[in-house]
Amino acid sequence: MGFIYPNKSTWAILIVVYPYLTGIVAGAFILASLVKVFNVVEVQPIYRLALLTALSFMLVAGMPLQLHLGHPERAYEIFFTPQPTSAMAMFGFVYLWYLLGILLIEIWFEYRQQLVLMARQSRGLLKGIYSALSLFSKDLSPEALAFDHKASKLITIIGIPSAFLLHGYVGFIFGSVKANPWWGSVLMPIVFLMSAIVSGIAMVMFLYILLSLVRNEKLDMRCLDKIGLFLLVAIIVDFVLEALDYIHRLYQSEESIGILTQLVSSKLFLSLVVVQLLLGMLLPLVVLVLVRSVRFNEELRKLLYFTTSLLILLGIFSMRWNVVIGGQLYSKSLRGLMAYKMEITGIESLLTALALLALPFIILAVLYRLLPPRWMESHSPTGIDRPTGVLT
Amino acid sequence: MNKREFLKDAILFFPAAATLQALAPAAEGKAEPATTPTDYDATRHWYGMGIDVDKCIGCNRCVEACKAENNVPDEPFYFRTWIERYQIHENGETRVECISTRAGLPEQAPPEDPSVVRTFFVPKLCNQCAHPPCVQVCPVGATFQTQDGVVLVDEKRCIGCRYCIQACPYGARYLNPRTKTADKCTFCYHRITEGLLPACVEVCPTEARIFGDLKGKADRLVRFHRVNQISVLKPDLNTEPKVLYAQLDGEVR
Repeated sequence: MGFIYPNKSTWAILIVVYPYLTGIVAGAFILASLVKVFNVVEVQPIYRLALLTALSFMLVAGMPLQLHLGHPERAYEIFFTPQPTSAMAMFGFVYLWYLLGILLIEIWFEYRQQLVLMARQSRGLLKGIYSALSLFSKDLSPEALAFDHKASKLITIIGIPSAFLLHGYVGFIFGSVKANPWWGSVLMPIVFLMSAIVSGIAMVMFLYILLSLVRNEKLDMRCLDKIGLFLLVAIIVDFVLEALDYIHRLYQSEESIGILTQLVSSKLFLSLVVVQLLLGMLLPLVVLVLVRSVRFNEELRKLLYFTTSLLILLGIFSMRWNVVIGGQLYSKSLRGLMAYKMEITGIESLLTALALLALPFIILAVLYRLLPPRWMESHSPTGIDRPTGVLT
Repeated sequence: MNKREFLKDAILFFPAAATLQALAPAAEGKAEPATTPTDYDATRHWYGMGIDVDKCIGCNRCVEACKAENNVPDEPFYFRTWIERYQIHENGETRVECISTRAGLPEQAPPEDPSVVRTFFVPKLCNQCAHPPCVQVCPVGATFQTQDGVVLVDEKRCIGCRYCIQACPYGARYLNPRTKTADKCTFCYHRITEGLLPACVEVCPTEARIFGDLKGKADRLVRFHRVNQISVLKPDLNTEPKVLYAQLDGEVR
């Protein structure tokens, strides 16, 4: 036990949950944008699912931050008196921009036609809800639908850099802290971004397989294989970046290297080496390569994809943990390691974290009912253009 | 002494005495007292603290005075200032310990150890950086630098996000459990603007701490800066601390 500065350091489990949720938002959106911007036809079946996933996680992403504040009632100050030099002050604006300026508008244009039709075909309260959701628009003329497509494509194009901004910026919050050598790295924003893409793709893949099991719908294996390919590429890039970060640190061997080596080989061994690296990265990498090179049958592929996506989601959570908690497990005296005792109940506790991790799935379940992604396939009256099959 | 010499000496003596008297408060390390808060001009000061490592005897009186003066929570993980003990061993190994964490217990010297070749105490506190990373990261501007160079926290504005605690390289900040806001050394701002010394400086029995104004011409701190070889903590981070250490060992971070 070495020497640690006496004052307690205080970012706990909720700050682990925050970048995890935000990363899934950015990743899911970028996956969705492949359809709109890059015309990847195979991924079309999960386009709407990816958008709804992004929205569900986005609605929860701010909550862990809000809950961890000493004075949550003053949170509005971030909007009204932001400090321009603070990376964190930008959070409110980046978050709002992404939620209101990108996600909601994109989803609205994507669903407008369906909402109008649903409002027409339903009665009572539901009719009111759908009319309100469609913002009382009724126009289903070809020109209006063409405008929807154009608008949604434009927003996706703006959305990609915004998604990069959203999560790259979260990485900057940590990467810009020069006081903490575990965090202070110029690669941090880009590592966060790549891991976000990995986690977002894995989450959509997981949900796609899960929903097909629960709702007994047929899976589009071409789509799944394509997602698998993107996942593989993203993992390779993520792995290379993280490896570069570690190699760079080891090679430069600065003052902090002693304590960081000690940290990784003791306190973080399980969560970093075993869970993040071996289970969450290398094993999925091997599996995804195998799936592409060996001709497995569909059922086995599905099983492998399912397991892989779960492992990756676990691995990325571990990565967030290793950054946030890991960065506080050694003293800035660089002489001693510390312990983190997670609270089980209370505001900043395991239970809250679990609740916040479960909440997006509940929101998604509601959204999935309210805005069924495949509704158009069965309800579209003849003569009206079906947006799901159309690529602009 | 003839009449001429007497007069000559007297002509020199009186102005010299008056000058010395005027300089005396500054030489004592006391800022010019302000009679009312309104005539205190912050732009005329730039406060700092000198710490003479060789003089510190590790008595912890500064820590107690600070806790009493500033209502710092008693628990041993909230400090605005604390003392570290360094022991350098024959084999070059350095052992460090915070000796302020056992508040209320009688102070005990460590058992005599022949392998210890050198030992010393280092008082730590907020470095009142001229280029403070904590101020840079505060999302709402609740922590700020005053014109006289002191970094303060507005506890009515702080939202308790703790980013500043993460950004401080010196571990000088904590989240006050009572106010739920960030807290740290203020150089006893309420005292220094009244012309008094910070509590820790006031009680130090060996004058290991020297408080002063780096803009003062004949200030004790300015003299301290001039006559000692000065080091600051973690200079590579370019925070430009205004807590200046004399005779500081390279082992201290």
